[in-house]
Amino acid sequence: MDNIILEMRGITKTFPGVKALDNVSFKVREGEIHALVGENGAGKSTLMKVLSGVYPAGTYEGEIHYGGEARRFSTISDSEDLGIIIIHQELALVPLLSIAENIFLGNEIASNGVIHWPQTFARTQELLKKVGLSESPATLITDIGVGKQQLVEIAKALSKKVRLLILDEPTASLNETDSDALLKLLMEFRTQGMTSIIISHKLNEIRKVADQITILRDGGTVETLDCQTEDVGEDRIIKGMVGRAMEDRYPPREPKIGETLLEVKNWNVFHQHHRDRQFLHDVNFTVRAGEVVGIAGLMGAGRTETAMSIFGKSWGHKITGDVTMRGKPVDVSTIPRAIDAGLAYVTEDRKQLGLVLINNIKENTTLSNLKAVAANGVIDDRKEAKVASDYRSKLRIRSHSIYQETVNLSGGNQQKVVLSKWLFTNPEVLILDEPTRGIDIGAKYEIYTIINQLAAEGKGILMISSEMPELLGTCDRIYVMNEGRIVAELSKAEASQESIMRAIMRSGEKH
Amino acid sequence: MVADTSTQNNKPSIGDYLKNNIREYGLLVALVVIMLFFQFVTNGVLFKPVNITNLVLQNSFIVIMALGMLLIIVAGHIDLSVGSIVAFIGAISAIMLVKWGLPAFVVIPACLVVGGIMGAAQGYWVAYQKIPSFIVTLAGMLVFRGLTYVVLGGRPIGPFPKEFQLLSTGFVPDFLYFLNPAPEMIQNLVALVAVVALVAYAIYAGIRDRRINEQHGTENEPFIFFAIQMAVIAVVALFIGFQLATYRGLPNVLIAMAVLIALYTFITTRSTIGRRIYAMGGNVKATKLSGINTERLTFYTFVNMGVLAALAGMIITARLNSATPKAGQGFELDVIAACFIGGASASGGVGKIIGAVIGAFIMGVMNNGMSIMGIGIDYQQLIKGLVLLAAVFFDVYNKNKG
Repeated sequence: MDNIILEMRGITKTFPGVKALDNVSFKVREGEIHALVGENGAGKSTLMKVLSGVYPAGTYEGEIHYGGEARRFSTISDSEDLGIIIIHQELALVPLLSIAENIFLGNEIASNGVIHWPQTFARTQELLKKVGLSESPATLITDIGVGKQQLVEIAKALSKKVRLLILDEPTASLNETDSDALLKLLMEFRTQGMTSIIISHKLNEIRKVADQITILRDGGTVETLDCQTEDVGEDRIIKGMVGRAMEDRYPPREPKIGETLLEVKNWNVFHQHHRDRQFLHDVNFTVRAGEVVGIAGLMGAGRTETAMSIFGKSWGHKITGDVTMRGKPVDVSTIPRAIDAGLAYVTEDRKQLGLVLINNIKENTTLSNLKAVAANGVIDDRKEAKVASDYRSKLRIRSHSIYQETVNLSGGNQQKVVLSKWLFTNPEVLILDEPTRGIDIGAKYEIYTIINQLAAEGKGILMISSEMPELLGTCDRIYVMNEGRIVAELSKAEASQESIMRAIMRSGEKH
Repeated sequence: MVADTSTQNNKPSIGDYLKNNIREYGLLVALVVIMLFFQFVTNGVLFKPVNITNLVLQNSFIVIMALGMLLIIVAGHIDLSVGSIVAFIGAISAIMLVKWGLPAFVVIPACLVVGGIMGAAQGYWVAYQKIPSFIVTLAGMLVFRGLTYVVLGGRPIGPFPKEFQLLSTGFVPDFLYFLNPAPEMIQNLVALVAVVALVAYAIYAGIRDRRINEQHGTENEPFIFFAIQMAVIAVVALFIGFQLATYRGLPNVLIAMAVLIALYTFITTRSTIGRRIYAMGGNVKATKLSGINTERLTFYTFVNMGVLAALAGMIITARLNSATPKAGQGFELDVIAACFIGGASASGGVGKIIGAVIGAFIMGVMNNGMSIMGIGIDYQQLIKGLVLLAAVFFDVYNKNKG
């Protein structure tokens, strides 16, 4: 059993000004699933890039032993030739090519540059069967969901005769069903003797599949836990990651709930692209002052669509229904009007929809409310700088200065900049869509603290999240959505992972 | 990468500063080097008063259009139609002035309005119908060129009345002539006084801004760079001002150009509209979701381009003293090249007015210098193309290295 397939010894990788990896050691046994965990910036991805040859031999110190020999990879194809395949978080598929074309991209079954299509399709069919995907090889990538795309990536890895499969946050953008399917597949591969390394933030999944867990912190190896010899709980892992026991992942709060702020009634929305398909059906909900309200549901349940259709009709069409603030009807038909009505929407996709990444913190902070730092269309630089500095210190954004480009910030700090932008519009109700997605535990705690402060100031918070523990830990009340409908409303006392899942399942049977 | 968690303001070293701003200094240095090179190889013809005047007149319309084009490119678009707008405006100004006999003070604003409408006609499709600007303005380029032929009936129209010609051939009169200390050398004292005053103001404003920045703890560029930059600009400006003063003084066009450069620099750096255009070019979806009417902003960016192209069209027509169907052909490429040489990014969100202006002058000096040297149009194009490629490569190289 203790056949070591990979050993990385004393790996040190320095970037100008930063030591990303400091004497890291990492050992993987053949045929196991090895989880690599750590906060953002701990060095997980860097370590995998060293392994796969993205950072060629010579640019780092230390040794890599793989399959019993010392290796020096100078390109990715060097490591791929030996069966080390890495699947990155951002999938590397070409959307408008078919599954078959993607799987064999750069590796086509061809003679003299002419592709042999029958063979390509047949091979693809085999590979898809192995990963349990029942799609035609001719289907375009853009027509299948993220979950299936992930499986195509794995099929692509299999086509390259993989021995060591590395998955970087494979389930980050998957719903629970797809995540489960993926994890099951990994476990199946394990029985066939394949070795995998999985990088993930989802500790419950890691507990489910990992044989060993290596924890990185601040560029160094903290420890490797063996799940077969000891029972490794989530708290144990977190303790290793943050360097201290994190008793309470959610800051405490005394809710002081006031009058109803936002009320949405009979909200019906048709699909943005499939124009005759009704997507949201009679959605009704309220958010009160000082209250944190959650919306739970699976991916595709219509949560983001609900939020975006209310926020200036930025999603969907043929939108009908009433929105009131403090009992008075308000016009939310365009984004500027929704902002004027006292709404703010913090998107789930901060890189694409939240930030202008090439602009700095200051410019992003004031973007939604430039008027407030300008007179007659002329920006008052110093006023603007002051606003940005105030939010930077208030939300504890870690950066050189307010002039740092947001593209260079960590996920947590980027999220704080998006929050700053919306807080500066002084909203009454903030809609937070997956506010802690892809950010590390320490930063999550800070975001929860900010949410609590906002609620304490009397703002209403509507929080959409796919992480049920997060909703249970922060919300006063939780709506459950499924298939475009609100299927349950649970008080804090009623809400539990089971009750939420039950509500989803029950509603699924009805339709 | 690990994010830097330090919270204090690190003072960048001079080397860091140079590295981060190499693009802007490099551009200025390139312009000076190119000027000196041609001054040398043309045996001093380049900086002769009459040639400097020519340089300004020949390049003013490229500079003026580059101001609008920079906004278009920063917004994430492109406008291929400006050369055709130039021709069409030339044609209708000729009809109005020469055939109908309308006065210039009516025709000039009317042409600006027509230019705005032509920009709007394209902006509508780009902004509201989401058709890529490359396609819309390619269509516009063909349509407006065709319209020019239709309006002119294929024949040039001219000459133009004197008052209209003043647009491009007029000079600021020497109303200070009675103070002139050396009339045998200085033909036009106003030019010299204006340039000296301008340089003095620039230095004063620069020092004032630095002081205010210091008070507010905002980063300043290292003093040595500030000083060198100011010295270079002052020497070049004073020299050109002096040369102009020994000839006919300041061309009207130079004044118009300077005012527009100042105005657009202000718009891009200080106004909310400018800020929103940059944000939109950087990430249109995030900007829209931040409550900014990105459609309207795009639309007005094209309207603005149309108006500036109309102004340029009138200046060119006045200069040639004839409206021809082929006027302005290929100008769009010079204008776009000026923006890219000046550091604008083809993917939007990045670019500076001063960069586009210097880019336009680099092209202009090269055109002019090579013509004086007697280099044929064939080699001129070839060299210009290589300079464009080299400038953009320099950008990409710097970005990858950083």
